Amino acid sequence: MPENNERSGAQGIQEALDLALERDPSVFLIGEGVADPKGIFGTTTGLIDKYGSERVIETPVAENGLTGIAIGAALLGQRPVVIHQRVEFALLAMEQIVNNAAKTHYVSDGAHTMPLVIRLVVGRGWGQGPMHSQSLETLFSYIPGLKVVMPATAEDCKGMLLSAIEDNNPVVFLEHRWVHYVKANIPLGYLKTPIDGPKRLWQGDAVTVVSSSYMSLEALHAAKVLSAEGCDVDLFDLRVVRPLNLEDIVSSVKRTGRLLVVDTGWKTMGPGAEIVAQVVEHCFDSLKRPPQRLGLPDHPTPSSRSLASAFYPRAEHIALALGDLAEISSAAVGRAAEQLSAERQAHPIDVPHPTFQGPF
Amino acid sequence: MEDTRSDGVEVDGLELFRSMLRIRLLEEAIANRYPEQEMRCPVHLSIGQEAAAVGACAALTSEDVIVSNHRSHSHYLAKGGNLDAMLGEIYGRATGCCGGRGGSMHLFDRSVGILASVPIVGSTIPLAVGAALTFRQRGQGHVSLAFLGDGATEEGVFHESLNFASLHKLPAIFFVENNLYSVYTPLHDRQPDRSLTDYALAHSMPSDHVDGNDVELVMHATQKSVDKARAGEGPSLMVVDTYRWREHCGPNFDNDIGYRSVEEYEKWRRDCPIESFQSRLTDRGILDSTLEEKLRAEIEAEIEASFEAAQSAPFPEPETARLRVYA
Repeated sequence: MPENNERSGAQGIQEALDLALERDPSVFLIGEGVADPKGIFGTTTGLIDKYGSERVIETPVAENGLTGIAIGAALLGQRPVVIHQRVEFALLAMEQIVNNAAKTHYVSDGAHTMPLVIRLVVGRGWGQGPMHSQSLETLFSYIPGLKVVMPATAEDCKGMLLSAIEDNNPVVFLEHRWVHYVKANIPLGYLKTPIDGPKRLWQGDAVTVVSSSYMSLEALHAAKVLSAEGCDVDLFDLRVVRPLNLEDIVSSVKRTGRLLVVDTGWKTMGPGAEIVAQVVEHCFDSLKRPPQRLGLPDHPTPSSRSLASAFYPRAEHIALALGDLAEISSAAVGRAAEQLSAERQAHPIDVPHPTFQGPF
Repeated sequence: MEDTRSDGVEVDGLELFRSMLRIRLLEEAIANRYPEQEMRCPVHLSIGQEAAAVGACAALTSEDVIVSNHRSHSHYLAKGGNLDAMLGEIYGRATGCCGGRGGSMHLFDRSVGILASVPIVGSTIPLAVGAALTFRQRGQGHVSLAFLGDGATEEGVFHESLNFASLHKLPAIFFVENNLYSVYTPLHDRQPDRSLTDYALAHSMPSDHVDGNDVELVMHATQKSVDKARAGEGPSLMVVDTYRWREHCGPNFDNDIGYRSVEEYEKWRRDCPIESFQSRLTDRGILDSTLEEKLRAEIEAEIEASFEAAQSAPFPEPETARLRVYA
């Protein structure tokens, strides 16, 4: 029997915070709800009791202020972890993030560092609606000076968060709410996963696929089902949206000649658009087919599960797009898509698919 | 004759005078040379507001930190910022405090506790609170002081910062230089008729309101706030009244464009913080015209040398612009 270290993404994050607080006295948590009984979806549970209110700082409802307070502390060498329960709350703090956090190192010609982590949770499902479910990675990844990380697996939730806390740059850590539920055999103890670029989740020659965050789990599921039909794709979980490291992806496209990008947020202006642009710049001559993109349609997230049913691309849509790109029979693609669709229809559309919870 | 601060440190009145005069002469030199178009960045001169900066910083140690705003020259110099690095920055040279990356609105000097100056109104206020939080967490007895203008009290982040600092009794001082205008818009067009110190009541902290053109009043009032902060009694709000003599941004006078009256300007001009303090020191018998001229000559020589150094310093290499985006 394999050793059972199975824990969720949320538990991985809680462990990372616990280990960081224990290891380095300059680390502290600050945000609305960090010390409350729900503990930011369980990601800060117990830490107030262990480390006290000087290091697990519950705050007034003042997103811009608390972000600036964290930045001031980071200027003096503290390592604050700012936490907002929804990405949208950080919109109130964009001035601090875009001006002070992102530019202080550059403007000071390197004299200042900004060892700051900003954890932001991307909501989804259960009628979260237009202002509790936006995946706004584009807003942050547009800004030079910020690092933007989007973990898809429970191991990366832990390992990349620990790296983010050790990083001397401001790191926006975008946690998809449904990635909190994903499980894995996360290594125990201090686990540092470099913030260096994409990770291959499936190997093949048929099509290069680049996805991020929760969409990487949908893509992985599609890849597995297509593999059973004899079609193996080269699937990369992007993980780091800025700085964008596309070296492995460009190499892959040179081999496959085909590219599908799958965004977690809106398709228009999403990271996928930038990835396609850079791939075309670097390996235009290798492309056998025009690159394809999947992402959210150009409208806000509706609340009703009826209105939201066609909003999020799912594994079946990824399989169909891959079938269109790859040299694979339409019958095989049809079988794969049908299987994926049937699996999904067995569960409500507005809660995470149990098949996707891992461990993988 | 020396003046004694409430913490027992003796402050040399001549030093306060020298510090104000140095700021004034430097700012005038910037204004005089600005038309040469070699200082190619916006400048927000603090002529007329010298006593506020010098009085506040006289109550601080080099380990205490300040944050500033777009009108940062006086704060930077009063806290002990390096003059060559300041002019180098304004001239866009590699010797500038930001290596030419920031310009006049981003002056900082870590070595003397000038943490940051930025040109977004209110933006640095929470940074001072973060510094105060850090001093608390580390058990250090330092304080932080945020310089802000009357306009910044209208920003949400001002109130967020005061609320948090008061809640946690942090060693922070919110130092409002009320110069009556946000660019061209007078305070009475922006806020109801109330004292700016009323904000302290809302955030449950003490406040003080003094003549911002009297350097000794400012110093003693700031010292009281510093003492409270160091004693763990929490933050204070200070409001000092002062006046910007020249235009919001640039080297000129702008009393002709119609947003304020010549009479109002003349009234404040007569209340010059440097001339009035000079008279006081003269009355006390510690300054006379010979000494004043000597001080002035020394400062002018220093400023002249610093301008020469800045103008002869190398520009940063263009290809370095892409470096140090990440640490």
